[in-house]
Amino acid sequence: MDKLLLELKKQIIEQLNLKDLKPEDIGDDQPLFVEGIGLDSIDALELIVLLQQEYKIKLSNAEEGPKVFKSVRTMAEYIIAHQDQKQ
Amino acid sequence: MRRLQEKKHITASCRISRRVVYKNNKLLYTGTQDNLSDFLEGIYQVLNMHYPKYYKMDRLSRLGLVAAEVLMKGSFRQEKYQSDEIAVVLANANSSLDTDIRYQETIKTIPSPSLFVYTLPNIVIGEICIRHGIKGENAFFVFKQFDATFMEHYVSNLLDNHLARACICGWVELLREEYKAVLMLVEKEQSSRTLLFTKKNIIKTWEFDHG
Repeated sequence: MDKLLLELKKQIIEQLNLKDLKPEDIGDDQPLFVEGIGLDSIDALELIVLLQQEYKIKLSNAEEGPKVFKSVRTMAEYIIAHQDQKQ
Repeated sequence: MRRLQEKKHITASCRISRRVVYKNNKLLYTGTQDNLSDFLEGIYQVLNMHYPKYYKMDRLSRLGLVAAEVLMKGSFRQEKYQSDEIAVVLANANSSLDTDIRYQETIKTIPSPSLFVYTLPNIVIGEICIRHGIKGENAFFVFKQFDATFMEHYVSNLLDNHLARACICGWVELLREEYKAVLMLVEKEQSSRTLLFTKKNIIKTWEFDHG
């Protein structure tokens, strides 16, 4: 899990061009949007692309978005759950 | 009856091309970077902008944003105006083609939403307005080449008809590694360094350094 959390933080920084942030600046449970990291709606779309590109996971239900992208940990949990389903 | 038109002045200017930045015709920065993105980041650093959103923008918006920053910093007393009294009028030759090409590349795999939102040239104006809290009239025109006559008429019309009291206008052009930004700040009030806002002086500002 820790390895995935770190990997995700690096990928988020890269995908969203958050050049002023380092992985250690992002807390595992820190909210990604608004009062947390301050991501916006376009970033949300980029996170969907990230899941698709890096983990081959398609977010089938848009309503799941706010729950899945709440924090790096919720994203990691979603990835693990879907990778388990694939196996 | 023809209305008596007040004189308008170019109270500041900025020019970015060929790895050199001029502010009011004085050299501000010379870059040694190999590519445009690094050169623009060099200007960003020199200006101490501290604006994380910069890194999310496409290159055309970055060029426009740093040009506007150079133009306004230390020259523009923005507090004299209401946010809706400042207009932004820009033009270029290749619209958002530089980003359109990059976006087209992403379509081959998964289209990039963050690139897609920059596939319009007037987004540059939006980014400048967000950065500086400007809410006035704005327009982005695409011409084969810079048209000083059009710019003079259009901006004068805005100021003469009280649609704006100040205007940031000029050219923000970029395609691959070719780029040029020339911005002017036009106001009715004059200051120590002002030039009259006339076609002749617009061309003079445009042609400075013969670039």
